[in-house]
Amino acid sequence: MANFFLDNKDLQYHLGHPLMRKIVELKERGFAEKDKYDYAPKSFEDAMDNYRRVLEIAGEVCGDVIAPNAEGVDHEGPRVVNDHVVYAEGTARNLEAITKAGLGGITLPRKYNGLNFPLICFVMANEMVARADAGFENLWGLQDCAETLNEFASEEIKQAFLPLVSEGATCAMDLTEPDAGSDLGAVMLKATWDEERQTWLLNGVKRFITNGDGDISLVLARSEEGTADARGLSMFVYDRRDMAVKVRRIENKLGIKGSPTCELVFTNAPAKLVGDRKMGLIKYVMSLMNAARLGIGAQSVGLCEAAYREGLKYAHEREQFGKPIILFPAMYEMLSNMKAKLLGARALLYETTRFVEIYKQYTHISHERDLTPEERAEMKFYTKLADGFTPLLKLFSSEYANQLAYDALQIHGGSGYMKDYPIERIYRDARITNIYEGTSQLQVVAAINHITKGTYLDQIKEYESATYLPELEKEHKLLIALREKLEKMIAKVDATEAEHKGEGYKDFHARRLVETAGHIIITYLLMRQSGEVSDYLTPARTFAKIAQAQVNAAETYIENFDWDQLAAFKQVIDEE
Amino acid sequence: MKKELKIVVLAKQVPDTRNVGKDAMTPEGTVNRAALPAIFNPEDLNALEQALRIKDSLPGSTVQVVTMGPPRAADIIRDAMFRGADGGILLSGREFAGSDTLATSYALACTLRKVNPDLIIAGRQAIDGDTAQVGPQVAEKLGLPQVTYAEEILGIENGKITVKRRLEHGTEVVECPLPMVLTVNASAPECRPRNARRIMKYKYALTPTEIAAATPDSEFVKVASTKDYLQITEWGVAQIDPDMQQLGLTGSPTKVKKVDNVVFQVKESKCLSCSDNEIDALMKELISSRALG
Repeated sequence: MANFFLDNKDLQYHLGHPLMRKIVELKERGFAEKDKYDYAPKSFEDAMDNYRRVLEIAGEVCGDVIAPNAEGVDHEGPRVVNDHVVYAEGTARNLEAITKAGLGGITLPRKYNGLNFPLICFVMANEMVARADAGFENLWGLQDCAETLNEFASEEIKQAFLPLVSEGATCAMDLTEPDAGSDLGAVMLKATWDEERQTWLLNGVKRFITNGDGDISLVLARSEEGTADARGLSMFVYDRRDMAVKVRRIENKLGIKGSPTCELVFTNAPAKLVGDRKMGLIKYVMSLMNAARLGIGAQSVGLCEAAYREGLKYAHEREQFGKPIILFPAMYEMLSNMKAKLLGARALLYETTRFVEIYKQYTHISHERDLTPEERAEMKFYTKLADGFTPLLKLFSSEYANQLAYDALQIHGGSGYMKDYPIERIYRDARITNIYEGTSQLQVVAAINHITKGTYLDQIKEYESATYLPELEKEHKLLIALREKLEKMIAKVDATEAEHKGEGYKDFHARRLVETAGHIIITYLLMRQSGEVSDYLTPARTFAKIAQAQVNAAETYIENFDWDQLAAFKQVIDEE
Repeated sequence: MKKELKIVVLAKQVPDTRNVGKDAMTPEGTVNRAALPAIFNPEDLNALEQALRIKDSLPGSTVQVVTMGPPRAADIIRDAMFRGADGGILLSGREFAGSDTLATSYALACTLRKVNPDLIIAGRQAIDGDTAQVGPQVAEKLGLPQVTYAEEILGIENGKITVKRRLEHGTEVVECPLPMVLTVNASAPECRPRNARRIMKYKYALTPTEIAAATPDSEFVKVASTKDYLQITEWGVAQIDPDMQQLGLTGSPTKVKKVDNVVFQVKESKCLSCSDNEIDALMKELISSRALG
């Protein structure tokens, strides 16, 4: 009888953000479909009421079906039978419940039988599913592949595939190969046009494919013979009903064990070309990856929520030395920091989602009509913010998922190390979040550009100029000082980098700069929320303390790090 | 025999007695309805799921929920519509107040004679009264055969329904001609969740009483009055032609003579270690005290 939406005030708060009015207007285009579809909203209030009601259904399915199945799914896992994946029994039951609840195609247009909900709602549902079972989120969250089809595929493909997603079809994105992981430009799976059958045929092997036996697969393949780089790759869509892809094996993983990670063999698998040839990696995979990173952000925040709740519950229940352990400073400090990080990660998740949402909607509108100059400027503004905030979100939320799982397990003591409590599963599940869809190290590579371009600093100054509660004056002043430190750090790093090009000085310190920006941004977001709901005052102050300590550490490190000290770190390269 | 069926699910809105706190009972020993949320009786949801499965397998079939209760019981009709029911009838009016199981089944039987369904499905019992009488009484009053403790409908063919029953020491498969009354156990599959598209479509469904109670410029009333499928049927005594003597308090021979508050008290407890000796001693003690065996 648990409802993961109704029991989460923070989630409900984010649904009510002031920017929702703009988002709903963009998404519903003036409620143009209200007479065409019996489930289309008639007004902003009607739309918001729909979102709340549907998220409540999602929260119920998560609390009553998916969460209770999580342990069984973790133990049983999927199997390969006759070259195809058979899900764990609990996974099959989860899929049935979530499909019957009509939670497919959440963001897709109604003409494809979608719900036409804002991305925010999908991210919220994703977060709740991950809290219930992070492995199942992998399967279900992949429905965002449909967004890439919706954005780039022909009408014919959209008509053929999108309604299936709305009915609950699962998706996969087949990118990685044995010799092409982070370097996707090396993909070799071959696509050839068959004149006789009038179709593209795919041949080759893919590896580490999440839900590789899903109903609909987006496949990155080499369509241009004789090429060896990204420019020879195109995107294809494959329908499982053609039965031309075999699952050779599934990986035995540390965590997210319910989600099958497949090695696939394509043998003359018929497929349709998505969008334009040669744009597969350059354009479409980039779009897929950005959506996927937002998805991992949601998965990570869901894991943070699960870990915090398990830790808090145990700290209240467990008694040592004659009292509940939460009464000990070491415990309440840990839990307060966990809560601040959880709320901070969620604040960053929905801030990022709103940025992505607005620019995506303008992109869709620009396919229907010309944008006004103001709209174009706004689209550009939000595109830049979305590009900057997505890697920051992926970095912070996935690291926090790991930290919170670690701390929550620590609170459990020896019991946490046993299979008897859910925290050991959460701990294992969290470990993948800062690895896949780009490791934390690769998020820093993406984010450092926005340190250079000033995306973060501009936005920090934007937050800085807002008004905050008088009680937060001290924290506001602190953040101004931290921003000045960030500028000082950037100046030193840039100057040293310019002086000693090619030594890697900036790359060496990139994470410290990016994390400094992130700590300042998250504190501002929590301070802003405090102005609306006083519950956020304490976590905002707690997070400000974390930010202060972390930024000072980064500053001390960079301040005292001359370029020639890099040599000491390079010594390890020569070690065997 | 036509393929599609007209199915009625009998349902009841009940106070949620599953997670009762200290305010659950009044000092007089009756259920404090104000302190407990009103929910769809759990086994009636199992019944609804069975009905919806038939509707899925026999296209063209309809599922109507019939419930007797105060105006707010319309909530469970809407809830059923969110899950897949086509609509429902709320039987409401002060004449029905104070009904025991006999008066309830009489009122429901009168209603069902007007509806004339092919199949009537109900939950085994409601969690507030736990009598399990209403379903069987309805069958008797309508002169229909009944199958109780149903866990699964195995098939419907040639005007006959095949049902697996869950009994104390096993299961039993029986066949029964339609029309009939079926009561469903909690061991049957759980009801499907509310559906996103249906909740957006049917959230505006209202009963005439609800329309009358709303402010005239209410968005809900405006929408509800434009579509037939958004009108929930509401019947009173006028629509079901009953013998007034058999309704409500007058038709209810059940009288509550006395209510005892049962308070569970902690008695003497014992701590055992995991040693074989102590477990062995405990087993012997339980067997000799006839707690086991």
